[in-house]
Amino acid sequence: MSGFTFSEKQEKEITGILSKYPFKKSAMLPLLTLVQRAERAISPEAMVAISEKLDCSPAYVQSVMSFYTMYHAEKVGKYMILFCINISCQLNGCDKLLEHTAKKLNIKVGETTSDEKFTLHREECLADCTNAPMMRINDTYYGDLTEQRIDQILDSLD
Amino acid sequence: MTQILFKNINMKDLHTMKVYEEQGGYQALKKAFAQKPEEIVEAVKASGLRGRGGAGFPTGLKWSFLAKDVFPRYLCCNADESEPGTCKDRELMLKNPHSLIEGMILCSYACRVEIGYIYMRGEFHDLIFNMGKAIEDAYAKGYLGKNIQGTGFNLDIYTHLGAGAYICGEESALLNSLEGERGEPRMKPPFPAVEGLYAKPTVINNVETLCVIPYIVNEGAEKYASMGTEKSKGTKLVSVSGHVKKPGNYEVVLGTPIREIIYDLAGGIRDDNNLKAFIPGGSSVPMLPADQVDVLYDYESLAAAGTMLGSGAMIVIDDTVNIVESTLRLISFYMHESCGKCTPCREGTRWLYQIVEKIMQNKGQLDYIEKMEDICDNMNMKAFCPLADACVSPVVSSIKYFRSDYEAYFKNTPVGSV
Ligand SMILES: Cc1cc2nc3c(=O)[nH]c(=O)nc-3n(C[C@H](O)[C@H](O)[C@H](O)COP(=O)(O)O)c2cc1C
Ligand code: SF4
Ligand code: FES
Repeated sequence: MSGFTFSEKQEKEITGILSKYPFKKSAMLPLLTLVQRAERAISPEAMVAISEKLDCSPAYVQSVMSFYTMYHAEKVGKYMILFCINISCQLNGCDKLLEHTAKKLNIKVGETTSDEKFTLHREECLADCTNAPMMRINDTYYGDLTEQRIDQILDSLD
Repeated sequence: MTQILFKNINMKDLHTMKVYEEQGGYQALKKAFAQKPEEIVEAVKASGLRGRGGAGFPTGLKWSFLAKDVFPRYLCCNADESEPGTCKDRELMLKNPHSLIEGMILCSYACRVEIGYIYMRGEFHDLIFNMGKAIEDAYAKGYLGKNIQGTGFNLDIYTHLGAGAYICGEESALLNSLEGERGEPRMKPPFPAVEGLYAKPTVINNVETLCVIPYIVNEGAEKYASMGTEKSKGTKLVSVSGHVKKPGNYEVVLGTPIREIIYDLAGGIRDDNNLKAFIPGGSSVPMLPADQVDVLYDYESLAAAGTMLGSGAMIVIDDTVNIVESTLRLISFYMHESCGKCTPCREGTRWLYQIVEKIMQNKGQLDYIEKMEDICDNMNMKAFCPLADACVSPVVSSIKYFRSDYEAYFKNTPVGSV
């Protein structure tokens, strides 16, 4: 038993996920993603709950989780900003824009605002380089960034 | 201009079943089902199609390597698209998801596969609904599922999301990741065609590669092979980014001069600056200086020029840029993405980073370039997977062509910055 329980809706979703694979363990990333999206973090208790679903040890879940950058042990903000700093975006001036964004949010890159609204991370290429400079906030891609456009986007999120 | 993949890419609602079918979508299935699976494999071989994910391996040949009579078999579509500069698979899946599904059905029929996974990078969560809807519609039409079109052939296709790790684009790391493990590469052999997903024979192909298959089945291998050069058949999507006026994905017939791609299709260099360098196949291939802009865009010409076609990402750099800065950014990427499994890559990427960073702080010493070359020599082809070689590419090529950009730091006179 763990201190984390999946909701009824999640249980249904998990049944659907498990049906996609001949071996349960393949559902590892989908389950981690499900928890990360719902809780904005993956707690040790959630790791235990996942391990029970997949018939493996919690340590194994943690080892897999730590490999991937989209999973977080510490809770991230309501809006996760991934700011691309790779080459095509660098060539299009992303460094200044990232600095601007950090300043506007009054945090350093890698941090979360005190109201837990925004987390700002550097990201490697987002695969939308022809619209550089690029960022992704939660599931949405934003391209052709300028300081003004970043301000507008951030101000529009509540 | 010959357009195969991008023929109607901007047509309204092409992503819907209705419009895709109106455009002749799913017609290749009838043609394929009238033939034996082996005949499709032969046609793909004859077409000369090479993998569009990076390595350029002949697709039909790969399919023919599947372990004989071992079932079940799997198809994994590589939609990880994380090679810096590359963004063509995203556009294909966003605007024309059915062409990928049709390609996967044809591949599965040819290879006797009954389950296919589309492994997408985690950041493509927004595409899951798009792809998912297309898959759902294909089931509803009887193009997927049991006994497809009364042929007795069954196929299920599922999407699967990664979670942020460049290395998961490497095919054996992708398989580990799909099996719920850390995305570290596997020892080869055995190759995936023999022991892949769940240790069963597995075909792994890039999105673009699979999207070409309907054309080959519809129009015939000969027609496909009539385009391009002797060793580079057909067309290729090129993601042109960086300092061009019109960045975008463009479809070109292989053998097109690079000058045409940069100056005609992509509109030339921004602010009418001069071209300094370009990286022709994604960040993992050696860069070339401006004077090589007349090289032809095909596998053999780029190889002769000392670089590679790779994933087809053309990163264009103008003369305001200090190449050392761009190179450091790429080293930082590979250092960050090294999975840590083997020493030359795990340590080498970090050492390179530290050295170049020092150089940029004007703390370099004259033998630093030699040191970098020495480290690269100990990484290249000596690591467990090609990620280490990929890191070596920008380093060695930047030294080869832009040594003076490094040397400027030793004289305490940094050149222009981005
Ligand atoms: C470090 C590394 C990253 C890779 N990333 C990708 C990728 O994002 N997408 C892709 O299709 N192939 C990628 N590849 C190439 C795959 O290993 C494999 O060759 C390819 O998916 C095969 O498909 P194809 O023959 O259709 O090109 C990568 C290879 C390496 C070594
Ligand atoms: S070369 Fe790098 S990425 Fe590849 S296995 Fe070794 S450490 Fe991992
Ligand atoms: S380099 Fe920024 S999206 Fe590719």
